[in-house]
Amino acid sequence: MIQFSEERLTKVKEIMNRYPEGKQKSALLPVLHIAQEEFGNWLDTPVMDYVAELLSIEPIEVYEVATFYSMYNLKPVGKYLFEVCQTGPCMLRGSDDIITYIGEKLGIKPGETTTDGMFTLKTVECLGACGYAPMMQLGKFFREHLTKEKVDAIIDECRQNAVKNN
Amino acid sequence: MGIKLLLDKAHVEGIRYFDVYRREGGYRSVEKALKTMSPEAIVEEVKKSGLRGRGGAGFPTGMKWSFIAKPEGVPRHLVCNADESEPGTFKDRYLMEFLPHVLIEGLIISSFALGSNATYIYIRGEYAWIPDILEQAIAEAKANGFLGKNILGTGFDCEIYVQRGAGAYICGEETALIESLEGKRGNPRIKPPFPAIQGLWMRPTVVNNVETLAAVVPIINMGGEEYAKIGVGKSTGTKLISACGNINKPGVYEIDMTISVEEFIYSEEYCGGIANGKRLKACIPGGSSVPILPANLLFKTAKGETRYMNYESLSDGGFATGSMMGSGGFIVLDEDQCVVKHTYTLARFYRHESCGQCSPCREGTGWMEKILKKIDSGKGEMKDIDLLWDIQRRIEGNTICPLGDAAAWPVAAAIRHFRDEFEWHVLNPEESQKRNYGLAHYADAREVVA
Repeated sequence: MIQFSEERLTKVKEIMNRYPEGKQKSALLPVLHIAQEEFGNWLDTPVMDYVAELLSIEPIEVYEVATFYSMYNLKPVGKYLFEVCQTGPCMLRGSDDIITYIGEKLGIKPGETTTDGMFTLKTVECLGACGYAPMMQLGKFFREHLTKEKVDAIIDECRQNAVKNN
Repeated sequence: MGIKLLLDKAHVEGIRYFDVYRREGGYRSVEKALKTMSPEAIVEEVKKSGLRGRGGAGFPTGMKWSFIAKPEGVPRHLVCNADESEPGTFKDRYLMEFLPHVLIEGLIISSFALGSNATYIYIRGEYAWIPDILEQAIAEAKANGFLGKNILGTGFDCEIYVQRGAGAYICGEETALIESLEGKRGNPRIKPPFPAIQGLWMRPTVVNNVETLAAVVPIINMGGEEYAKIGVGKSTGTKLISACGNINKPGVYEIDMTISVEEFIYSEEYCGGIANGKRLKACIPGGSSVPILPANLLFKTAKGETRYMNYESLSDGGFATGSMMGSGGFIVLDEDQCVVKHTYTLARFYRHESCGQCSPCREGTGWMEKILKKIDSGKGEMKDIDLLWDIQRRIEGNTICPLGDAAAWPVAAAIRHFRDEFEWHVLNPEESQKRNYGLAHYADAREVVA
């Protein structure tokens, strides 16, 4: 059964209280972020239906938002999602080489996930770190000034964390 | 050293926290504004300061504030636009990450001036760690009586909430931002009605950029007239510039808008010159949507006058030979960069970010991306360049929001100033895949210092 943990449910209620009476739909984006955190980093249809029920809105209102914003994953992604920026300012500082290198190192193309389900490589458009390029988003944080050596270290770090968390 | 009003305390250890910030003189403006000034007087002070919106459009902030409707019994809202997404722009992030209290302080005064008891910061979703920093600052301000009920005993109540977006450049457009804040897709609204009349939940709303709201702090502290003395002409006060690309010292700099573009690029205090001893080829001075300028039009205007880092000087010559201050996203290209390729990445960006509501933008951005990719990969034909020009011309001005213009301008400027580079790609399909076109006649007059 799809159900937020008590802690997250409290958070959702707190967010819903930030808006005027009857405007609880405003909580949709933050609640979808929470849903993604709780349910495996992607939004399956039953999860979206659950969010609709929580906010007393129609499921279609959730689907149309979930499909609009690029941070909501509509299919499963790897345990570690590498979102590498490829827009102009990052390109000027060598993001193409970094994307190619990660792809070769993990044996996947942008948009693909490694067969062990560990890594997904995704190219993204400008994340607002242009002065610290090339860069990628990994979970909550940015990894900046990327070099091949840094990429190697990040991949090792993820593998070690995965072992630790198992 | 230039004048610093926003980042002057950036180097102070622990400035992110209330106690240090307060000890350094923080929240004085809130005491002054709430205890000694009326909301109308604050609006007047901001008008006098000449402050212009720092998000990109440069609209006078005081005037925008004075448009807010005040119907009896209808709550009003202030919304802070922290959806910083214009490629090349990362100044608001810096401010929020390292000096969150400057923003919170500006928000309290601005909320008081506009009569907003519930103020929202809408921050781009990818800045996922920054809401924690802002919420910490909000909690500290509240614990010290600067937020919440009956602030400083004045009877004014105000709460500030932080809301994350989820990846959509379009939400930086104020009506799309409002839609998103209401839990919808970020489709811009048709104006009028303007947000000042019917904005968030159809209530009167003002949407201002992070840097704009932070600038209210020094304006109240020093007075609008004093603030207006800094800078030049209608470019008053200071501006944050986020510099990136092929320079030695990328980063966020506060300038007082009297320095020249040449000084900004070459001085050690700012960009520190072009990286790796290369020569300058081109620059996009105000975020990816403003026209790219070749080096020969960057330091001097077409009239041969020195070009300065301010609203008027950067746009001198119009789009024919000038550009725009925009958001202050300063992107520098060295001699090894390919303008066709760079423009292609920007076109791809705008195609990805078009909300799809208006056909000229939805379809046109896709066509521009495809044609630019074709030319960049050595498969272009001469007629493609004219087709590209034709498409951008048909997008500009034909959409509900300015994203269409923002997508058209970089393509138009690239063809306007670098047409020979596009033609070279068409005429030399194989060679263009092996090397870049280089500098040609765009060269910076300065010699390279090895």
